[in-house]
Amino acid sequence: MIGLEHYLTVAATLFVIGIFGLFLNRKNIIILLMSIELILLSVNINLVAFSSFAHDLVGQVFTLLVLTVAAAEAAIGLAILVSFFRNRGTIAVEDVSVMKG
Amino acid sequence: MQADLNIMLSEIILSLFAMLALISAVYGSKDRLTVPLIFATASIFMLLALISISSAQGIETAFDGMFVNDPFARFSKVIILISASLVLIMSPDYLSKRKILHFEYPLLIALSVVGMMVMVSAGDLMSLYMGLELQSLCLYVIASMRRDSLKSTEAGLKYFVLGALSSGLLLYGASLTYGYAGTTGFKGIIIAAAGDDVDVGLLIALVMVLSGLAFKVSAVPFHMWTPDVYEGAPTPVTAFFATAPKMAAMALFVRVMHDAFGNIVAEWQQVVALISMLSMFLGAIAAIGQTNIKRLMAYSSIAHMGYALMGLAAGTAFGVEALLIYMAIYVTMNIGTFAFILMMQRDGQPVTDIASLSMLSRENPGKALAMLVLLFSLAGVPPSLGFFAKWGVWIAALDAGLVWLVFASALASAIGAYYYLRIVYLMYFGAEPQDALDRRNEPVLTGVLTVSAVAMVFGVLSLVGIEGAAEAAAATLVR
Repeated sequence: MIGLEHYLTVAATLFVIGIFGLFLNRKNIIILLMSIELILLSVNINLVAFSSFAHDLVGQVFTLLVLTVAAAEAAIGLAILVSFFRNRGTIAVEDVSVMKG
Repeated sequence: MQADLNIMLSEIILSLFAMLALISAVYGSKDRLTVPLIFATASIFMLLALISISSAQGIETAFDGMFVNDPFARFSKVIILISASLVLIMSPDYLSKRKILHFEYPLLIALSVVGMMVMVSAGDLMSLYMGLELQSLCLYVIASMRRDSLKSTEAGLKYFVLGALSSGLLLYGASLTYGYAGTTGFKGIIIAAAGDDVDVGLLIALVMVLSGLAFKVSAVPFHMWTPDVYEGAPTPVTAFFATAPKMAAMALFVRVMHDAFGNIVAEWQQVVALISMLSMFLGAIAAIGQTNIKRLMAYSSIAHMGYALMGLAAGTAFGVEALLIYMAIYVTMNIGTFAFILMMQRDGQPVTDIASLSMLSRENPGKALAMLVLLFSLAGVPPSLGFFAKWGVWIAALDAGLVWLVFASALASAIGAYYYLRIVYLMYFGAEPQDALDRRNEPVLTGVLTVSAVAMVFGVLSLVGIEGAAEAAAATLVR
C-alpha cells in the first residue's frame, strides 16, 4: 500500500535533486532552468498528495496555479537567457561572471 | 461578490490600466507613447495612493479571507505607490540617454506594483504566491531591459535564477504548511501553529517560508543576488528595486510571520534576530571596498534590511510599528539618493564611480549639501531622521530583551558610517578631479533630491502622521 509518506519522500527527493542541480551544476544555464522546474514539480507532488489524502480540493487548485506560473517563469527565463546569449555568445554557468565582488 | 470586487478595486483598476495601455501601445505608436505612459502611470499611482489614504480605516476581507485590506496593507500600499510613482517620473531622462525608452517600462512597473499590492494584502498562501510571482516576473524583465548590455542581461539572469530558487523554497514551505495545517488560509494556519508542541513538519515549513522571504528582502545569507542586480540594472530600475519591492517584501515578511505564525513567535524570533545581525554586519563590512555607487547602495540596502528586521525580531506590535516607520524613512532616503545618482553624468553620459564625486562641493554646493544630509541620515548620525528610524527599532528590540542585538547593531552602524562618510569626505575634501561631473541640474531630480533631504532634517519635528498610521497598522496585525 502506498501511503502519504511515499509521495512526500519522492517530492523531497526531487526537491533536493533540484537544489543540488542549482548549486553543483557548473556547466550550462539550461540545466539551472531544469532544476528550477524540478523544484516546482516536487512542490506540486506535495500539494496533490496532501490534497488527496486530506480530501480537500484547495491543494489541487494551488497546483494548477503553480503550473501556470511555472510555465510563465520558464518563458521569461528563456527570453532573458536568449538576450544574454546574444551579448555573451555562451551560456556556460562560469561565464555569467562579468560582475563580481 | 460585488462587495469583494469593491475591496480590491485599486488592484483591478491598475491591472486594467496596464492591459489597456499595453494593447494601445502595441497596436499604436509603440515607443513614442513611452513618456506619456510614464506620466499616466505615475499619476494613477498617486491617485490610488490618495484613495488609499482617504478610504475607510477598518479591516475588510474579500474572497473568504484570501484578500485582506487592513490598515497594515493600506500603509504599505501608500508607500509602494508613492515611491513607484516618484521613481517613474525620475526615469525618462536616463532612459532616453541610454536609448531604452521602451513602452514596456511603465507597464511592467505598473504590473509589478499590482503584484506588490496583492502581496501586502495576502490572507492566503495562494494569493501570497500569485502576488509574489507577478511582482518577481516583472522585475526579472525590467532588470534586463537594456537588451544590448551584457551587464544588464547578466543582472536579469542572476536575478531570475536566484529569484526562482527562492520562490521554490517558499513554495515548498507553503506546500508543507498546507499539508500540516490542513489549510492555506492564514486564519487556519495560525490556529494550527499554536501551543508548545508544534508539529515538526510545520516548523520545517516555517523555516522554508522564512528563507524564501529572506531572499526577497535580500537578507544575509540570501543576499548574493543584490549587488550584481543593483549594479547591472539600469539606474532608474535600481532605484525602483531599492524602494517599492523592498517595502512590499518586508510587509509580506511581517504579515506571514505575524498573521500565519503569530502564535509561535518564540520559534522564529531567534532566526530573524540572527539574519538581522548577519545582514547588518555584512552590509557594513562588504560595502567598504566598493568603488561603484550602485553596488555600495546594494550593500547599504542589505544593512538597512538588517536594521528593519530588528523590529520583526522583537515580535511585538511596537516592533512592527518601528519596522514600518523604518521602511518609510528608508524608502524616502533611497529615493533622494537615487535622484542624486541619476544626476551623476559626465559629458552627458551617466557614470557611477564614487571617485567622480571628488570635490563636488565646489562645483555644485547645493547638490553636495543635499547628498551630505542624505548620507548622514543613511549612516544614522543623530540629528537626522535616519537616526530616529534606528532608535525606534532599538527600543523595540530592547523591550523584547534582545540586548545583544542592539549592541551588535550599534557596532555595525558605527562600521557602516565609515563608507557613507568616505563619500562625504570625497565631496568636500577629495583630490582634484581630473574631469568633473556635468553641472546640469534636471528639475525633477533636483526637486526630489531636495524634498528628500529636507525631510531628513525636518522630519525629526513631525513625521506627518506616519507614526499614527504605523501604530494603527501594527495594532491590526499583532494581537
